[in-house]
Parts: sequence; structure tokens; C-alpha cells
Amino acid sequence: MQNSVLIKTEDLVKIYPMGEQSIVALNMVSLTLRRGEFAGLVGPSGSGKTTLLNIVGSLDAPTRGHVEVLGESIETLSHKKAAELRNRHIGFIFQTFNLLPVYTVYENVEFPLLLLGLSPAERKKAVMDALEWVGLADRVRSKPNQLSGGQSQRVAVARAVVKRPEIILADEPTANLDAENSHHILNTMEDLNRDLGTTFLFSTHDQKVIGHLRRKISLVDGKIAQDEILVKNTPGEVAR
Amino acid sequence: MTIFKLAVRNLLGAGMKTWLNAVVLSLAFVTIIWAQGLYKGMDNQASRAMIGAEYGGGQYWVESYDPFDPLSLQEAHRKLTGTLEDLVRAGRATPILIIQGTIYPEGRIMPIVLRGIDPEQKLLSLPSYFLKGTGPEIPAFIGTRMAQASGLKLGDAVTVRWRDVHGTFDAKELRIAQIIKTSVQSIDSGQVWVPLATLQEMAGLDNEATIVVADKNIRPSTAISGWTFKDLNFLLQDIKELVRSKTIGASIFYSLLLFLAMLAIFNTQVLSIFRRRKEIGTLMALGMTRGRVIELFTVEGTLHAILAALVGAIYGVPLLSYFFVKGWSVPEGMADSFGFALSEKLFPTYSAGLVTGTTILVLVITTIVSFLPTRRIAKLKPTDALKGKLS
Repeated sequence: MQNSVLIKTEDLVKIYPMGEQSIVALNMVSLTLRRGEFAGLVGPSGSGKTTLLNIVGSLDAPTRGHVEVLGESIETLSHKKAAELRNRHIGFIFQTFNLLPVYTVYENVEFPLLLLGLSPAERKKAVMDALEWVGLADRVRSKPNQLSGGQSQRVAVARAVVKRPEIILADEPTANLDAENSHHILNTMEDLNRDLGTTFLFSTHDQKVIGHLRRKISLVDGKIAQDEILVKNTPGEVAR
Repeated sequence: MTIFKLAVRNLLGAGMKTWLNAVVLSLAFVTIIWAQGLYKGMDNQASRAMIGAEYGGGQYWVESYDPFDPLSLQEAHRKLTGTLEDLVRAGRATPILIIQGTIYPEGRIMPIVLRGIDPEQKLLSLPSYFLKGTGPEIPAFIGTRMAQASGLKLGDAVTVRWRDVHGTFDAKELRIAQIIKTSVQSIDSGQVWVPLATLQEMAGLDNEATIVVADKNIRPSTAISGWTFKDLNFLLQDIKELVRSKTIGASIFYSLLLFLAMLAIFNTQVLSIFRRRKEIGTLMALGMTRGRVIELFTVEGTLHAILAALVGAIYGVPLLSYFFVKGWSVPEGMADSFGFALSEKLFPTYSAGLVTGTTILVLVITTIVSFLPTRRIAKLKPTDALKGKLS
């Protein structure tokens, strides 16, 4: 399993129809991501970062080309199978945290485990582990509106990792955070990558995030302009 | 189970809006049960009153008798023989002779129906023993409505004129021996009750009757020549029809309430889907299928009905119990306007079937109303939802 390919795209094209015109969001993108990578899609707004992340996360389908995630072809996946893939194997972290507003911190983190049908005891252990990891074990009863931005994003990270997914897709995770919280979050993610071997794929144009990446994939106008390895032997790979 | 748990969390998390919807729906809930219970009680009360005072266990009618055609009364009489005579002798049936007449209260002419009944009868709850009096005047009792219409008071004497079997008109004095209060209009308005034997003698119809009221336990197995047995289903069908029409009238009121409650829930659902589209996107990103998201929102809506039942129970049980015990006073003058034996106090009847039926009805309607707006979710793309768009 070491160095196994988790994500593979071949000649990926995504076109959004806009009335009589159309916008090419991704243009012949071919990319391979291996287990344990800590990579980022970097580029200006409209370069196709989020579109690529959404397709890899099976939230969207490509117009053309082939996408394989954990051996599953995204373009042929049914809604149900795609939901199952996300539920079991992919964690999402969003720019605006996307916590469920009426749930407590504990319930937010517990949510993916409820969908997996885990027993209450298993859920409790996993939730508390995840919250301890992000340093929020003392805020289990708080509601999202009682948390700061940094705390909210840490809850979102805990929710993404609680089910121990193979892949975490983070869309501009630090865009709404100050420098201190950004570093805290990124350090937490690096720890998770190192300790659990979770593969991270970011979409970002934040220099703070780029500074932590070990692989930087630059997108311009929907095409890969540059694919750089910034640090060899990722901690995740070393751990295994 | 997970969906149910999540729906409960979401619903309770929505706070005031949830409770407002539940309260509005509970009003419809309690009103339906109250109104239906009231009409059921009204039906039971009216039926009981009419059975007790007029119908007994059913009636034998002379074949030519038509209660809606006063002209039929001239010919509608027949001698009591055989089985009927035996039943009357055994006290298991009581004959009533009905003829037309006229009274002259305070010099006015007033057409009436003279009803002869045995003063000794125990089958009907009429105070016929007041007709036992002797003297030159015929003892009679009337109802309060008749007393009001004629201006007659207890102890008053009034001239009555009738036509006997030979077509000869005759007249005599009646003395009002009693004025009875009854909810059964058909034995009151325009009716004057006199002793059967006296009326038979007046009309020259010895041992004859127009109808024979049977005991509750009589099950007529063989036909009696010249007589037709009318069972309670037949006799009470007008009341049932009237109650049904009143119930339909009332249902318009509570349907309106229910409609308002459903509108509130529909509106909440539509707003909820609009306001929570980002949350829907998140749920999908976390691995919920569209079907399960639809299920979640539908269950959330349906739970309003369960909450409404609980809220309704809090104030509805004491309120409905109060009416059950104390009754509901019919506004003055309204009792007679209903067209059947409506007493001044109505006692609602609530059955398990009524409560269960209402609960199921509200639950089914709420589920449908909750489901309809969620169909938009089926068309929602997770990426659009995450951006807060409705596709």
C-alpha cells in the first residue's frame, strides 16, 4: 500500500455552460497523488482549484476525461456510490467551516460516524480522540456560534479526521483565519498527516499554507502550470 | 433511527419557529377532536333523547301514515289486533293515535296535532301520568315550545275542535295539566297530548292507533298486516343526516385551521431548504445521499405533527375533559335552530378511534406537506448547495 496511488486524473476537462457561452474550468488536467502526500493546488481565483477538488471529492462530475479515486471511477459513480465514497474515505474541510449550526461541537464531530452506523461507545471514543487532537475536548457542549473562527475550523478538522479517512480535501482552510490560527490548524493537519498517514489535498492561494506544503501544484486557467515537490520523503510516508 | 435522531436535533435546535408551528398545528388538532367529539356527542344525545321520548325500540306505522303529510292522518289509523294487541297488553308496546285538530287560544285559531297516549305507559319517557285526571275537561300536556307559541299556561282551558271518523266536527275543552320541557321538537311543536282512550272515543276510532312504539327488545320477525315496522336506523336517519351536514359545516372551520397550520409548515420547509442549502451541501459532502437528506427534512417536518400532538395534549386533555364533564352550553335560542333534539348542554364524546384517526390524519397531511418542498433537494447539486445556491 505504501506509495500507492490514491487519486489519478487523466485529461480531465470541466466545462460550465453559461447561457450560449461556456467556461472551461479545467483543461486536460492529468495528476497523480500518492498515499500520505501533503499537496496543494495553488493558483489565483478562477484557476480551477475548487473545481478539481470537488471532482476529486466526487461532489461534481467531469465533462470529459478520467478520474480515479481509491480505485473508483468518479465519472461513472452513481449518486449513492459517490456518497458512500465520501462517507467512508474522504474528509472535507471548507473555507467557511460549514459546521451544522444547531449541533454542539460533539454532535458535529459525531455526525460522520452516525452515518457510518458506529455504536455509541465507538463514536464517543473516536469523537473525544479527534477533539483532543485538535485541542477542543473541553468545548464538547459548545455550539458553533460560541466558537471563534480558529476553534470552528479545528472542529471542522476534527469532523474530517474522526472517521480516519484516507483523503482529506481542504478548500481554502485558512482563508477566514488569522495568522496564529492558520499556523495552529496547519500544524494540526501536518501532525495528522504524519501520525495517521492521511493524504491531504489543499486548494489555496494563501502563502501561509503554501509554506507548509510538500507538493505544490500550480493551476493557471484550468491547466497545470507547474508541479513541484517542495520536500521529499513526506512525514506520512516515513511513518509507514 | 439515525435520521430520526438527527431530525429531532434539528427540530429542537430551530427553537421558537418549531414551537410556533407546533402550537398552530396543535390548535387544529385539538379543534378537530373537540368539534368531532361535540358532533358525535350531539348525535348520541339527540338519538338518546329521541329514542327515549319518541322512537323507543322502533315503531309500527299504519301503512298509509306519512309524518310529513298531515292530510294522510285522516286515513292513517288501524285497529290493534293479534300480535300488536298482545304486545300492548304485555306492556312491550304503546299505541299512539294521531289526528288533526284546531285549538282556539285567546280567540286565535291554531292548527295542532292531537296525540293520544296511554297514561299508564312506561315505555316512553313522556310524563303521560299527568293525563290521568278526571273531570269535564280533557287533561292534556304540551311542550314549552307549544306553550310559547300558543300562549297557554299550566291550568289553562282551551277549546279543541276535531273531525271524527265520519267527518263530523266536534269541540270540547282541554285543560293543560302539564307543560313539559323536552329537547325533542317533534313531540312538542304543534303537538297536544291527550289520553288515548279519550282521543279514540272523540274520533270514533275504538282500539285504533296510528303508530305503535315498540320496546327496545322487540325484534319483529313476521310482518303484521296493515302495519310496517320502522327500525331505529330508519327513524334516526334524518338526525344522522343532519348531524353529518353539521359536521361537514364544522369541518370547513377546522380544515381552514389545518390549512393554515400546513401552510406554516410548508413555508417553514421551503424557507428551511432555502436557508439551509449550505447545510444540505455539507450533509452531502459528509456522505449523506440526496434520498437521506430528503428523508431527514421530511421527518423534521413530520415531527411537527408529533410535537403538536404533545403540545395539544398539554392543554387539550384538560380542556376536552372539562367539556366532557361539564358539557358545552348551547347559546340561548340556538338549540332549536339545529332542527333536531338538541339539549341546552352538549356533552362531547371522544373515542379512541377519533383521537387515533385525527392523529393519523394530521400526521399523513403533515408528512405530505413536509415532503413536497424537499423534492427540490433531489435536483440540488452538492457543489451548488455548498456555495449556497439552489440549482
